Amino acid sequence: MTTLDPLRLTARDAKRLLVDGEISAAELTKVFLDQIAAVEDKVKAFILVTADNAAKYSTKVDREMQAMRGPLAGLPIAVKDNLVTEGVTTTCASRMLHNYQPVYTATAVRQVWDGHVVMLGKTNLDEFAMGSSTEYSAYQVTANPWDLDTVPGGSSGGSAAAVAAGEALWALGSDTGGSVRQPASLCGVVGMKPTYGAVSRYGLVAFASSLDQIGPLTRSVYDCALLLQHITGRDPRDATSVELPEPVVLPSAERLDGLRIGVPSEYLDVGLEDGVRARFDETLARIEELGGRCVEVSLPHTEYALPAFYVIAPAEASANLARFDGVRYGYRCSDPVDLTDLYERTRSEGFGPEVKRRIMIGTYALSAGYYDAYYGRAQRVRSLVCRDFDHAFSQVDLIASPTSPTVAFTAGSRTSDPLAMYMSDVCTIPANLAGLPAISIPCGLSGGLPVGFQLIGPAFSENRVLAAAHALEGAIGFDTAPPFRGSRSSSGERDRGSADTTPRPEDTHP
Amino acid sequence: MISEDDVLHVARLARLRVTSEERATMAGELARILAHVGKMSEIDVTGVRPTAHVLDVVNVTREDKRRPGLTRDEALRNAPAVSDDCFRVPRMG
Repeated sequence: MTTLDPLRLTARDAKRLLVDGEISAAELTKVFLDQIAAVEDKVKAFILVTADNAAKYSTKVDREMQAMRGPLAGLPIAVKDNLVTEGVTTTCASRMLHNYQPVYTATAVRQVWDGHVVMLGKTNLDEFAMGSSTEYSAYQVTANPWDLDTVPGGSSGGSAAAVAAGEALWALGSDTGGSVRQPASLCGVVGMKPTYGAVSRYGLVAFASSLDQIGPLTRSVYDCALLLQHITGRDPRDATSVELPEPVVLPSAERLDGLRIGVPSEYLDVGLEDGVRARFDETLARIEELGGRCVEVSLPHTEYALPAFYVIAPAEASANLARFDGVRYGYRCSDPVDLTDLYERTRSEGFGPEVKRRIMIGTYALSAGYYDAYYGRAQRVRSLVCRDFDHAFSQVDLIASPTSPTVAFTAGSRTSDPLAMYMSDVCTIPANLAGLPAISIPCGLSGGLPVGFQLIGPAFSENRVLAAAHALEGAIGFDTAPPFRGSRSSSGERDRGSADTTPRPEDTHP
Repeated sequence: MISEDDVLHVARLARLRVTSEERATMAGELARILAHVGKMSEIDVTGVRPTAHVLDVVNVTREDKRRPGLTRDEALRNAPAVSDDCFRVPRMG
């Protein structure tokens, strides 16, 4: 067997090795399980590692090679723990779902399972995907493999860290305000949020239904397209899902000739770190070298996008999270005296501080007397943000910005200041409000930490976004292997409470 | 401004119980967040239609045909308390 470097191996190369018979699916899976065994103590990317199932299933893929073929067969994946998986505990990193055993599987996961990928486990996130650092997980704090004392971003921080640390070949995440792109940026991997509706949300535990989208986290743009190909499509179980007007194509572009890239001045005015600005400017220069043209555009309502988001997302969340009441599933408080006591204590004990904060904001914004001033206005501001993009895309093909204003920040530095945490997503939120496809690719380092470059396209322009990102990635030549520096001063383990709050592996599919 | 009474009222609507200590902290945090989102009042939105959803798909329906759903066993599998094949809850207040 060839010696493989899990920190640099792409799905594309792994597939070629499998097809050529240079490696078996079982051997490939073992590469990642070994890496998990080697670094997971430090990184803590997974809430649950399904090692036995992964080993068993990969052997089955090898044995039944004729029946279990396909572009994804045998390629190991990590799945964010807010995607429900039948037979495998799904916690949303919340005490509320510490013991939840889904009785069905999310469509996006089902699609990759049907393609015979090997699931390695379920990854950590901010509780119910609410956060930008993965520190709001009820179970553990995930470390950034580039510097273990910094955060991986969030909320898909576990998926991003798992890919960066070579603990997975690729991963699935979800993006409501930047939760795939921002952690991808901070961890030096590729992350994409597709057009709203391109991927079924069935089985994605809902945070803000008009904004949520599932997306890939990968080591290359090609891999991102490959995974996206297999999760897109209309699903009768999600009425907001649609068929892409053209199927996702695997990118091969090396040039950007004739492509007009808009650079919104408003995105450069959000307190960018010097190093982020420098890498961004260098990347714009590369676009020009590749034949593209960078022009300034204006998205004048950008500064109102974050405020609108922090009304709309909590409002939708407060409605979506009403279902957690201790009756049908999940945590239930002990000895409730009556129904109200059951609801209130279950929710107060089951939800963490950030989730409660958002439920409170959302409930307030929807309550009598405030609805028009907050929710009604936010929906109108959302229209203005959409209009800005429409106008810009009449002048340019794609829009470029930094993904995050900063590189990975030190663990603990923003948890006491909700607004500082919210600012992490200032460049990613507008694409969610407008439902647009957007990708983050690594474009270099600042102080030894990765910087992300974001490309946003018009609705359903996935192929344009992927082609441009692919050409740019080739010119940048980013090395995805992180140094695992830093000491991880405090243990990332949270008090898991009594034994029954620890999720347990279940040995079923896949 | 958000008073502690406001926090109590909203918490009751959201079926959350807050301690008196949390009440004070939350009042401060919510006030700061609402002040930030209040920035939206700077712009004129007269005549702008609200966007609830970016896709222009409406009335998506499926075929009116029977199809299997969850079995009773599956539906109850995660229930914290069950009796007589039903979800069990305490008495109303």
